[in-house]
Amino acid sequence: MDGYDFGAGIIHLFFAKKEEDKEVITKSAGLFWDSNEVWLVAAGGMLFMAFPTFYASVFSGFYLPLIIVLWLIIFRAIGLEFRGQFKYQMWKDIWDKSFGISSLLLALFFGIALGNIVRGVNLGSVENGVSAYEGHYFFLPLWNSSFSPLTEHPGVIDWFTIIIGLIAVVTLAIHGANWVILKTNSSINTKLKGVIFKLNIVLAALTLFSLYVWQMVNANSLDNFIHKPYLLVFPLIYLTGLVGLFFIKKSKKTVMRLYCQPY
Amino acid sequence: MGVVTGIPMEFQFGTNWAKFSELTGGIIGQTLAMEGMFSFFLESSFLALFIFGEKLMGQKLHFLTGFLVFLGSWASGWFILATNAWMQHPVGYEILDNGKFVLENFSALFTNPWLLPAFLHNQMASVVTSAFVMASIGAFYILRNKHSEYGKLFLKTGVVFGLISSVLVAFPTGDWNAKNVAKYQPGTFAAMEGIFETEEAGAEIVLIGQPNMVAKKLDNKIAVPNILSFLTYQEWDKQIPGMDQFEDDELPDNIPALYYSYHIMVGLGTIFIGVMALALFLLWRKKLYNIKPLLWTIMFLVPFPYIANITGWYTAELGRQPYLVYGLLRTSDGISPTVSSGNTLFTLLGFVALYMLLGLLFLVLVGKTINEGPTPKTH
Repeated sequence: MDGYDFGAGIIHLFFAKKEEDKEVITKSAGLFWDSNEVWLVAAGGMLFMAFPTFYASVFSGFYLPLIIVLWLIIFRAIGLEFRGQFKYQMWKDIWDKSFGISSLLLALFFGIALGNIVRGVNLGSVENGVSAYEGHYFFLPLWNSSFSPLTEHPGVIDWFTIIIGLIAVVTLAIHGANWVILKTNSSINTKLKGVIFKLNIVLAALTLFSLYVWQMVNANSLDNFIHKPYLLVFPLIYLTGLVGLFFIKKSKKTVMRLYCQPY
Repeated sequence: MGVVTGIPMEFQFGTNWAKFSELTGGIIGQTLAMEGMFSFFLESSFLALFIFGEKLMGQKLHFLTGFLVFLGSWASGWFILATNAWMQHPVGYEILDNGKFVLENFSALFTNPWLLPAFLHNQMASVVTSAFVMASIGAFYILRNKHSEYGKLFLKTGVVFGLISSVLVAFPTGDWNAKNVAKYQPGTFAAMEGIFETEEAGAEIVLIGQPNMVAKKLDNKIAVPNILSFLTYQEWDKQIPGMDQFEDDELPDNIPALYYSYHIMVGLGTIFIGVMALALFLLWRKKLYNIKPLLWTIMFLVPFPYIANITGWYTAELGRQPYLVYGLLRTSDGISPTVSSGNTLFTLLGFVALYMLLGLLFLVLVGKTINEGPTPKTH
């Protein structure tokens, strides 16, 4: 849900140079980010009610990345909300960077979270037949010294999850660029169309590459598709989105593809 | 700002209190999800309409959106306090063999005897805060002799509502809450009132005194005999159990902090009633706008309702210790089993720093807005 305003932040960080463009982009996101956070709160509450054990296990297991995400959300909100309140350019620059950088990192972190699910998380390390923790509890460090997903206890950040994170960043940047083109008439719109085309190519390449390394990390990852062929509909949607991106200039549903990635 | 500081509070249930969430999720998950679904959506959708829609909707519809924002946020308070009331005084639950709490009686959550007094007390305290902020801004405008017409309006509204709400906070809602504590959490009651020893007949009410945890007595005590028994049970000679009647591990672990929080809250509440009563009297005699010392007092009182609110919550939460769910689940059994204290300290320090930054920005912006005054901006 937050997809396009993360994307708008990324576009804002890299492509908006003129003051008017910056203002228009922050305004296009500023009106909507709040409602997206409401969905986030509602989703959290529902998750808590429906699956308390899952909520407890995942939220404490991903403790550090989740808290960092919360910090980033706060920084992004500060950037968006305070920008219009100060008249000096110096402060505006700070809020702009705060908005752009935290949007970029948030997109990266959400991709990394997906990457963790795809890679698999070691639930409760068992030592000598005895679970070190109680049942379903686990705790992931941010990273381990090798940054490798192939070790027994990988951290949250390793080279595989970073690749997935980059895919999320690129996807959301495309999404945000489409959002900006759709919602504003800023002077960089024509330039953004070219950027979207280039990003599409990068995205296609990254997707292929990630499929390759996915097989390396998790060799039986495609079994689900054999057992439950109807699940193939998700990669199909993804492919449709990816191909569609090359043809459709004003697609705004591109975020669908992100949700297809983990299956 | 409310939204982004609210998300961490919700996430904390999972991140820092995983065991508690797992065990009681069947119950407090209900009230929290209802809060998110009903009140939060109501409040935030209509807040946007309230802020941006005045010109489009006309005065009546605009008032309606304001009313719905009020309804949403008070319903929020209701659901949150239903959650807290269940932790203070658990009702309608059943404990399964694996230690999980399940809801046996849904309506019991909302007919909890703890809920209504706590809700009204909390909401009245919020009215006190806003009335004091309003009165303070009014006093500031009058003292500075700028926007003083608005200042008089603000001050008048603030003083009238300030007096009504500060009286209501103390009586009947505060009184009702104290009786609940005495009834359901007698150990907590003894600790917050500073009663170390049980007296034969009639407990005294402590006005001032410092708890001495080594000698188990109050230093420099000033107390009025028998009043506490009367206030709590309307009987002068009723015996109230002191802390000597309870095991140490049943009493709150930080008794001085609880005692001070409670006494600061009550003391400030009394001062609020006094100042506002005096101000209302002078307003009635049409002298208030000229008495500078009182205007200065009202202006500088503005942080204190916030302090009273926070110490009030400290009283409720420290008083519930050493339990998360009173009498049933200890705080030490509710934490996340896999999150180390070093990690918690790291995130706590981060949040402290961030919230200080937010607080600073809040003060700068609010100060700027107040300074500019209520004249409509022309673009």
